[in-house]
Amino acid sequence: MKANGNLVEARNLKKFFPVHTHFFSRAKTFVQAVVGVNLSIRRGETLGLVGESGCGKSTLGRLILRLEEPTEGQIFFETEDILQYDSERLRQLRREMQIIFQDPYSSLNPRKTVGSIIGEPLIIHRIGTKKEREERVSKLLEVVGLRPEHINRYPHEFSGGQRQRIGIARALALNPKLIIADEPVSALDVSIQAQVLNLLEDLQEEFHLTYLFIAHDLSVVEHISDRVAVMHLGRIAELAQSEELYRNPKHPYTQALLSANPVPDPTLERKRIILQGEVPSPINPPSGCNFHTRCPYRFEPCPTEVPQFKEIEPHHWVACYLYGPNE
Amino acid sequence: MSGENSYLLKIRNLHTYFFTDEGVAKAVDGVDLELEEGGTLGLVGESGCGKTVTALSIMRLIPEPPGRIVDGEISFDGSNLLMLSEAEMRKIRGRSISMIFQEPMTSLNPVFQIGDQISEVLRLHEGMSRREAWNRSVEMLKMVGIPSPERRVFEYPHQLSGGMRQRAMIAMALACSPKLMIADEPTTALDVTIQAQILELINHLQKEKGMSVILITHNLGVIAETARKVAVMYAGRIVEYTDVRLVFGTPKHPYTQGLLKSIPRLDGAQTRREKLEAIPGLVPSLLDLPKGCKFSNRCKYVFDRCAEEPSLIETASGHLVRCWLYE
Repeated sequence: MKANGNLVEARNLKKFFPVHTHFFSRAKTFVQAVVGVNLSIRRGETLGLVGESGCGKSTLGRLILRLEEPTEGQIFFETEDILQYDSERLRQLRREMQIIFQDPYSSLNPRKTVGSIIGEPLIIHRIGTKKEREERVSKLLEVVGLRPEHINRYPHEFSGGQRQRIGIARALALNPKLIIADEPVSALDVSIQAQVLNLLEDLQEEFHLTYLFIAHDLSVVEHISDRVAVMHLGRIAELAQSEELYRNPKHPYTQALLSANPVPDPTLERKRIILQGEVPSPINPPSGCNFHTRCPYRFEPCPTEVPQFKEIEPHHWVACYLYGPNE
Repeated sequence: MSGENSYLLKIRNLHTYFFTDEGVAKAVDGVDLELEEGGTLGLVGESGCGKTVTALSIMRLIPEPPGRIVDGEISFDGSNLLMLSEAEMRKIRGRSISMIFQEPMTSLNPVFQIGDQISEVLRLHEGMSRREAWNRSVEMLKMVGIPSPERRVFEYPHQLSGGMRQRAMIAMALACSPKLMIADEPTTALDVTIQAQILELINHLQKEKGMSVILITHNLGVIAETARKVAVMYAGRIVEYTDVRLVFGTPKHPYTQGLLKSIPRLDGAQTRREKLEAIPGLVPSLLDLPKGCKFSNRCKYVFDRCAEEPSLIETASGHLVRCWLYE
């Protein structure tokens, strides 16, 4: 593996979750959460990962952190194969990659003080003396826009947006290189979303962070990301520079997502692409291109074989037969 | 401005308070609204602004204690809903006025089949027999776009996806062809492509049946696409009230302006990566509201007049704003 600008590389990642019909039965079917994903995250970038519920984006984020073990595939962090790591090396790796969760209410231990929540990673990794840890926690609280005097308060004393800031402070505690932000603003009110998004951008600049930003809100993802990957039923349908994806969406699914996104402009006359039918189940995904059952442009090759993920224009990748057959 | 008689719903001076151990939360504190026949009113605001409590007040579903409608008049189709007995109100709920909620599972009974739940409304309000009601339920499911309705009618809520449950709830709400439907965050919990389908459905049914709709949401995009008149709420009051085009085109209240500037947009109205202009601070607790104008502690235009609470001021274009800047 030669060194390159990629912080993370995922190769042919698969994650299948067994479905047990009865408590003790052997699983006969699987939820195909992530199916053959190839993805790289460049150092210093914000890669947006967008898709609807059940598309596998959260699972993909967790696989990269090895919070879930992949069924198949490889993951490289700074060119090292992290699936080969033993538990000690993995624990060291965890200092480099952290996660911010969606729900600011369930992701903070209600019985711990804010200081203890943010300081916990430092204790686990045996960093600094007690005094040094306290100083670091105070600094982190300031960095995320909270007051250091609140170090002894409990989560329930804070609002949703403030709790999310606490989650961010915790993620920063170990000075990670990569932060996986899993729907970090979805549960927040509009005006608080803006505050937290601005904070994330400031922190990225100050601490040279790389983000994998997972969300279902297209406008939010477009705003904060350099590149965006669109996922559908466990596969990546399209990947491009943020502006390019939104101006020039190639995959019919991306087009439908963009067209469905409500725009705060009442004067805009829009021809909506309304997809017919329900989102297919990841337990029994459609054959061939997994979008073909809802695609307005479906034609002969679509149900037969999975379309290849190809670079059809510089830095613009799509998996769709509209752009040519498989090679 | 049309005559008084063409209003289906008129709310005057509504005050709904919650009496708690920590004090009185004035959830709705002096709200006036009108809705014409066939019109769509958008009620927009963030958590705690009073939009849901307004809707529940119309439906007389405020839990008493700790809540109570302490003042006001809600005239609907000739009667003052606040003067009706509970028995009379029960004849109106589900028949002349229906409500759909954010979480379909809160209004769908998990232990009854969908068919039973829709039938219940028909048997109660229209006196239909079991068979007639069941057949009508199948028709309703078909009307809301649920495939194989004659089969799905036997299913339980947990067997349906989020989008389908929402449709089932809409079917229940429309079964008796109500004059008014109140939709409280009907699509917030749904994926964007399903959201587009549901909004399209509500729009279509509204045109077909001439139904009036009150749409409650914090999503400005949804409001722009569906509402004709918009009321922006903050801390239990209406702060801006006008035609949808004016709210988005020339927002007057600093809060409305702030909200519009703080949302990331896909329509190129912002340069990408330009910082979002976030409204500083937090929505105040209803138990601890600032004196004078309730938005004054977050407003960048605050001046000495703001120490007194402004009333709704009508600016030349039939645009109401609660702000001294327009005195």
